[in-house]
Amino acid sequence: MSTHKITVKINGGLEQVEVPSNMSLLSMLREKLALTGVKNGCAAGECGACTIMMNGEPVNSCMVLAVEADGAELVTVEGLTTEGKLDAIQEALIDKNAVQCGFCTPGILISANALLTRNPNPSETEIREALVGNLCRCTGYIRIIEAVKAAVEMHKEEA
Amino acid sequence: MNNAHPGLPEFDYIKPATLAEASQFLVQHENESRPFMGGTDIIVRMRDGFWKDKYLVEVKHLEGMTSIHFDPVKGLTIGAATSMNNVAAHPDIQRYYPLLAEAANSVASYQLRNRATVVGNICNASPAGDTTGASMVLGGVLSVHGAGGLRTEPLTTFFLGPGKTVLKPGDIVTAITFPIPPKGWAGKYIKLGRNALSDLSIVGVTVLGYPDAATKSGYRFHIVLASVAPVPFVAAAAEAVLAEKTISDDVLDAAAAAAMDGCKPIDDVRSSARYRKLMVRNLTRKALDEVWTKIK
Ligand SMILES: Cc1cc2nc3c(=O)[nH]c(=O)nc-3n(C[C@@H](O)[C@@H](O)[C@H](O)COP(=O)(O)OP(=O)(O)OC[C@H]3O[C@@H](n4cnc5c(N)ncnc54)[C@H](O)[C@@H]3O)c2cc1C
Ligand code: FES
Ligand code: FES
Repeated sequence: MSTHKITVKINGGLEQVEVPSNMSLLSMLREKLALTGVKNGCAAGECGACTIMMNGEPVNSCMVLAVEADGAELVTVEGLTTEGKLDAIQEALIDKNAVQCGFCTPGILISANALLTRNPNPSETEIREALVGNLCRCTGYIRIIEAVKAAVEMHKEEA
Repeated sequence: MNNAHPGLPEFDYIKPATLAEASQFLVQHENESRPFMGGTDIIVRMRDGFWKDKYLVEVKHLEGMTSIHFDPVKGLTIGAATSMNNVAAHPDIQRYYPLLAEAANSVASYQLRNRATVVGNICNASPAGDTTGASMVLGGVLSVHGAGGLRTEPLTTFFLGPGKTVLKPGDIVTAITFPIPPKGWAGKYIKLGRNALSDLSIVGVTVLGYPDAATKSGYRFHIVLASVAPVPFVAAAAEAVLAEKTISDDVLDAAAAAAMDGCKPIDDVRSSARYRKLMVRNLTRKALDEVWTKIK
């Protein structure tokens, strides 16, 4: 089986990695780059725990081959903090007690961030639609939705 | 990865420089290679051991594969590798082909739709494919690059069975094109899943209707049903009722009943056949009502 030398921009830095054809981007991030904030919940595109940003859009990293990421710009949950400072959605999830086991949280953070980037003032329906692909087995979602709403308000106050 | 799901089996990822090279490779490796697009069907099928290809042939980067072009005379051309999100968000598609945007938005989740493509959905030929119905009622035609050069394939004769199409080894769909929709048209897609958002359909009903002087009723309807037959099912008997008889509530009822009687769904994990049939009647009736209210 062939391997490929690829270069990715990840959380601001550059990485060169050698990956076999059949390695998922999820496996590469966790096993080659130790970015274990990216979670493997199903490896089937269903749960969203592996969601990362790829070239400015959220994708299920289990549904992407690592080799496809050659030249791409990636952001994982590890890349959301700036100089140790949490972003608005991270703060809001803590404030609203929207984290229990935390397994879904990195994916929720990426999806919610992507939503607020493309639509800074989403309705509750739009928030729910944007998070359809992020399953949470603990919280029952209400607090997560409330947290995203709170982050929207925080952004408005900052602006 | 040693969890409940095994990792992907071994294969080689091939990235040809041209369409000609890609088609040639696919012909040379018949039965052990396939075009690789969003991978949302391929990765699942390979990992679960249903597909055992030795080569996945990247085609997303090839010429014209991600462009969208609208021409007020010729209609719409969507490059095959355009993601469902890019289809759903395109201003010309929202304006002139909203039914297609609606269908694309009904698939899975936002993240998945950044990878999944409409053309991949069609080529995968699942009777549950959510974008197939809209593509069919809007008159979609595929542009195909094969070993013998370029040709077109209309969707009306494209599907042969579950996962089976008229595509041959070496064939790569490069785009899907749609004519300008008929004047005064309206359309509706109703998807019934086990939950409100994101599940595969138990039943999917696509209806398109428009005024047409050539029919007795003065209107023509196209109806395609998902998940009720081995291929996307054209409800021809229901379409005939609506073309022949002056449209009234009774005639809409009769057409919905004809759609139910015409389809032969199966029992599976998502639903019983009986429930599917009843839902075909009710949802066809509902979709017809919405479309009729808009076009009458
Ligand atoms: C979690 C999950 C949820 C889903 N939910 C839905 C849903 O709600 N509704 C729905 O309709 N679908 C659903 N799907 C399936 C849907 O994502 C796919 O059908 C998708 O649209 C296929 O497009 P792709 O680009 O990913 O194709 P790929 O997986 O890359 O390819 C699919 C097949 O088509 C062939 N093919 C692809 N492109 C071409 C081409 N250009 N020329 C020739 N052959 C080609 C491939 O060789 C392969 O055999 C879901 C999938 C997952 C993983
Ligand atoms: S691990 Fe990728 S969606 Fe579940
Ligand atoms: S907090 Fe446990 S899965 Fe969401």
